[in-house]
Amino acid sequence: MMVSKRQTTAIVLLAGLLLAGCSPIQPWVKPYEREHLADPIMSFDRSPISSGYLDHVFEVREGARGATGSVGGGCGCN
Amino acid sequence: MNTFQQQRVRWLIALAFGLGAVGHADVLPEDRSDVLYHRYDGGGLTVQGPSVLVRKKFGDSFSASYQYYEDLISSASIDVVSQASAYKERRTQNNVGLDYLRGNTLYSIGWINSNEPDYKSNTGFFNISQSMFGDLTTVSFGFAEGWDKVGEVSKGVFQKFVGDADHRNWSVGLSQVLTRNMLLGLNFEADENNGYLQNPYRGVRFVDPFSGKGYSFGAAVSPNTRTGIAGSAQLKYYLPWHAAVDGNYRLYNDTWGITANTAKLGYTQTLFTDWTLEASARYYWQTAANFYSDLFPYQNSQNFMSRDRELAQFHSLTLGLGASYEFHPAWPRWIDKGTLNFNYNRMRIDYLDFHNNLILSAVPGDEPLYTLDASVMQFFISFWY
Amino acid sequence: MRADKLKLSIALLALTAASAAALPAAGIATGTPAAAFALPAAAGDTISLADLKGQVVLINFWASWCGPCRQEMPILDQLYKKYKTAGFTLLGVNVEPKSADALSFLKATPVSFPILFDTQSKVSTLYEVTGMPSTVIIDRRGNVRYIHHGYKPGDEGEYLDQIRTLMRE
Repeated sequence: MMVSKRQTTAIVLLAGLLLAGCSPIQPWVKPYEREHLADPIMSFDRSPISSGYLDHVFEVREGARGATGSVGGGCGCN
Repeated sequence: MNTFQQQRVRWLIALAFGLGAVGHADVLPEDRSDVLYHRYDGGGLTVQGPSVLVRKKFGDSFSASYQYYEDLISSASIDVVSQASAYKERRTQNNVGLDYLRGNTLYSIGWINSNEPDYKSNTGFFNISQSMFGDLTTVSFGFAEGWDKVGEVSKGVFQKFVGDADHRNWSVGLSQVLTRNMLLGLNFEADENNGYLQNPYRGVRFVDPFSGKGYSFGAAVSPNTRTGIAGSAQLKYYLPWHAAVDGNYRLYNDTWGITANTAKLGYTQTLFTDWTLEASARYYWQTAANFYSDLFPYQNSQNFMSRDRELAQFHSLTLGLGASYEFHPAWPRWIDKGTLNFNYNRMRIDYLDFHNNLILSAVPGDEPLYTLDASVMQFFISFWY
Repeated sequence: MRADKLKLSIALLALTAASAAALPAAGIATGTPAAAFALPAAAGDTISLADLKGQVVLINFWASWCGPCRQEMPILDQLYKKYKTAGFTLLGVNVEPKSADALSFLKATPVSFPILFDTQSKVSTLYEVTGMPSTVIIDRRGNVRYIHHGYKPGDEGEYLDQIRTLMRE
């Protein structure tokens, strides 16, 4: 998984554009359309105590680790 | 004796609990408590114990959490039986964390301490999460550093200090609402490990014509640095009959030569308002570390040698089922809702270059390949207030 | 080497994200006339905003799946009961395409103020609702005067002050 210097620069620039330059983009899912996304079954991680434990079981037995975190979701409340 | 876990892993175990899931960055994590009983049974090893997690908001901007976790280990695994004798041990872990919300940014810091007779580990972590684009996007950045002290125990008595290890971890995560029914999660992590990175109790096997079995055990030597990177993508989709399906793929690569792939599929279904059922299938496969071998041709044939099966070439399939029941207790009144949860995972690992040396063979290295079947069970109660 | 590049990328991403301009809170402007609408109510009739001119009107956009919205409802009910005889009225606009969940919530947590159903999201779009819940307070002349996004315990103090100010005009 070698990432060349050029690729790194490209990724950083793209990310920068996406994050800093795109304020004019309006949310395409309106807050009042977020019913399904707000449902607990749509959460990436409903029980952190349980998923934390399972991640631990796999990490003990395997060589790989990481990138298991889950982020966000969206009921759009507050 | 220690738990025969890869040394780096013990720090990572602590981290898995500490970091957990990063939620929305526009609201603090919800107030909740969980009481869990966990049990792992497989390959002669049983690890069980309790875990308790408590989280509470303070004012509008702060949320604090504390978790206690314990492993009661009883081990007669293939490694323990080959090179030592069965043992019992206890590991305890404490996590504390604080979250601060300011506008659409969530700042988190925390500390994890893990303690067992022959391994002490402390980790500090810091995380920032930012919501943007009308909360359709959440980006997070994290950094963690851990300091470990590795020792040796014999017959329950601490013998000596063997080495230190230092771990650093950088992570980036993105959560993106794609449509009103679909979520995307991307994660990227890099970790750097330095110091004493091997298991002091495990040795390597080498051909020894003077030994009755045809082989002997000798000291293992691991490099004192290891750097790994991992990237994963996860998609979750809402199904119109109040269910959800999700898929996850992760790629891992490190400087020890291990490349690993993980593919997971999950399905969640609600039933009769109060019940939620889950099913999952996870397939994992990895290449061996470049200094790994099940049987070396003679003693000290390489600068670096390991026979840790966690560094071997193998594939594994884990199937899981879970059920959750929601209830609203009349008493105490400050509890809004609770859930009773049970889940069961069955893992099978097929090693491709680790042989079961407990089965004597005329020619060392010709023993059947080792397979591991393990049951992982969790029973827990959660409540929100 | 790879880890160095990754660390650099992560650091740069962190900087760009930190400087990313937050999406400006779009929405209708205060001081402008509130858009007219008419919606079916839970009681069975149709309520039109135009009919309420002369009163101070608080419009609350809510949904049964939204935690803070549910939390806010009993508090809005108290506000309504206190001032409804003094020239104030409160409209709870439910934004869900299907009303079943909203109706069962109202059965468990009844409120006395009118509940309107915006199943086509026409009014939510008109009022450019950008967060849940959203509250718009309109004066006696029909102009939008205050807008609130989100709800956290304590916000009702602000609503109270703002309603009192408008009622004194």
